[in-house]
Amino acid sequence: MTMVERIKQTFEALKEKNEAAFIPFITLGDPAPSFSVKIAKALIEGGADIIELGIPFSDPVADGPTIQASTTRALSQGMNTDKAFELAKKIRKIAGKTPLVFLTYYNIVLQRGVKNFFKDCSLSGVDGVIIADLPVEEAEPAFKAAKSKNINLIFIVAPSTSDRRLNIVLEKADGFLYVVSLYGTTGARKSLQEITKKTIKRITKRAKGTVPCCVGFGISKPEHVLEVVRAGADGVIVGSAIVDIISKYGELKNGVLEKVKLYAAEMKEATK
Amino acid sequence: MVNKNRNSNENFSCVDEGKKEELTGVDLSYPCPDIRGRFGEFGGRFVPEILMPALEELEEAFKKIYLTPKFQEELAYHLRDFAGRPTPLYLAERLSEEFGCKVYLKREDLLHGGAHKLNNTIGQALLARSMGKTRLIAETGAGQHGFATAIVGAKFGFKTKIYMGLEDVKRQKHNVYRMRLLGAEVCPVYSGSKTLKDAINEALRDWITNLETTYYLIGSVVGPHPYPLIVREFQRVIGREIKEQILKKEGRFPSALFACIGGGSNAIGTFYDFIKDEEVELIGVEAGGKGLSTGLHSASLKAGTEGVLHGAYTLLLQDKYGQISHSHSVSAGLDYPGVGPEHTFLKQIHRLRVETATDDEALEAFKLVCKLEGIIPALEPSHAIAYARKIAEKFDQDDIIVITLSGSGAKDLDIVREYFDIEERV
Ligand SMILES: Cc1ncc(COP(=O)(O)O)c(C=O)c1O
Repeated sequence: MTMVERIKQTFEALKEKNEAAFIPFITLGDPAPSFSVKIAKALIEGGADIIELGIPFSDPVADGPTIQASTTRALSQGMNTDKAFELAKKIRKIAGKTPLVFLTYYNIVLQRGVKNFFKDCSLSGVDGVIIADLPVEEAEPAFKAAKSKNINLIFIVAPSTSDRRLNIVLEKADGFLYVVSLYGTTGARKSLQEITKKTIKRITKRAKGTVPCCVGFGISKPEHVLEVVRAGADGVIVGSAIVDIISKYGELKNGVLEKVKLYAAEMKEATK
Repeated sequence: MVNKNRNSNENFSCVDEGKKEELTGVDLSYPCPDIRGRFGEFGGRFVPEILMPALEELEEAFKKIYLTPKFQEELAYHLRDFAGRPTPLYLAERLSEEFGCKVYLKREDLLHGGAHKLNNTIGQALLARSMGKTRLIAETGAGQHGFATAIVGAKFGFKTKIYMGLEDVKRQKHNVYRMRLLGAEVCPVYSGSKTLKDAINEALRDWITNLETTYYLIGSVVGPHPYPLIVREFQRVIGREIKEQILKKEGRFPSALFACIGGGSNAIGTFYDFIKDEEVELIGVEAGGKGLSTGLHSASLKAGTEGVLHGAYTLLLQDKYGQISHSHSVSAGLDYPGVGPEHTFLKQIHRLRVETATDDEALEAFKLVCKLEGIIPALEPSHAIAYARKIAEKFDQDDIIVITLSGSGAKDLDIVREYFDIEERV
């Protein structure tokens, strides 16, 4: 298989259209593994530019109550890393050019073996990996393994990240930079905080267009999208708001896929 | 001693060479931890980026202040006049008779608060104050660390919030009430296994949200660097005193030191100053729960596999996918599926011998100490006593062993009563 650089191409195409990326997140296996492919499809139909697929971990310290609960549901449905790769393969088949990015915690990667994990990403059509608890100082093994398989290891920066650290991260940044928008865990917030815009401005200024900066944590409404894009973000990452819809409407009620798709479309519209 | 990480000295790089030796009193060639916070390959700093600057700030503050005479004097003052140090090293005569060797108990149960935990909370509270933090948060399992944090919260005037798994809130009611009496807010944690590991998750989430004002006062030698280093340094007073006291009383070293291992703070505190004295065997006792074969235990060192939990690479109880297992122990303080990275390292280099005692064995030992010594021990150190008893026949009459009695059993009375009631009925 020749290696495609889907993430890079996606951002280039968006730039041409003068749009920001809409990047929804779902927890694989919530509410059941069989359902994740359908939700991913609804998100793509709604206009998702990249999809983040969470591999659940029992102790997700960076996550707030919504994603914690989603993790618990998924694990109780027997979700595991083998199944995550199977689901990724299925989603790859329906995703066309849409990049797929795994989001997980380091122990999940470690237990598969760092090299194996990235090899399997490559075999399953996964384009990038975000590891919530892997700071750049500890990332060497993952970074090497990712590079050798042409997978983007996507780093996270936060409001607390000093300029000194930011420079170190920017040197390694690949695919896009995940900008955490606030001091806190994941979870939908009613309105954006002052720190969010300040952080975006500081980070995009330093990144100087070398890597797309996508903003996540707390974003749930089209207004939020408008605000962060105006502040300079190249994309928005939306997790808890989607997980909320899924948990509210559940698997059995038919309306849920339609709701997810409509929500995605509404959020995507705001990136234009 | 393994010596591959010579650069560990950089941990104290702000202090000049002479002072280092004098104040730490150990050979710093013992590679622990290196500049990346690694004990050999274990430890490190696997946390969300948002915490990295806070950990750097903490490390810097600790390195800057810890070895200064002013800090050491202040620490010594509070440990002495407030906490009641030194704690006795007590020759347990009837236990000695029973075991057939000389048994000394290091009486951390007599420390204010009823456990060794206060050594660490006083140290870290002073550190927090020097950093200008106004709020303390902590996790607790048995409630002993929560209580010790509540004590320093009150004493030094911090706003204090304690995270405690719902299961532990239920089984350690007594301590919940004590924490609240001292003005701490106790927050039950409903996620995951509802025990210590989940309380740590929740404390980390709080910290992530309130970095500016808040100091996370972790209760054992676990978590990301520099916590395993900081907590060890504040617990080392146990072993330092043992060394002095035993030399005074007996003029020689013990054959073995015993301590229970949950996260590992009382154990590393006991062992650290003896690491170089290779004739002294270091024996850590983990909770064997209902038996290792049942899967219901907390023996991370004995039965765990390597992985990352709460910011450190260490031995864990987990499944093959890396999901953390629920641990079990009759003693809430040992009920944790991970262990300090330094213990994992000490085990790997064969300096630490790791053993287990089951719930039943611990309770038997508990009863024995009550009846023979007039001391009600906590269930955690009862594990160490149980294992010492098991191998006691290997020691000669005048061999000396020291067991760290890390806490008092006052907190465990409900559990013990329930346990023995059931036993007597069947
Ligand atoms: C009396 C006592 N001993 C031991 C422990 C276990 O902790 P560590 O292994 O850090 O000493 C606890 C924890 O709560 C405790 O209360």
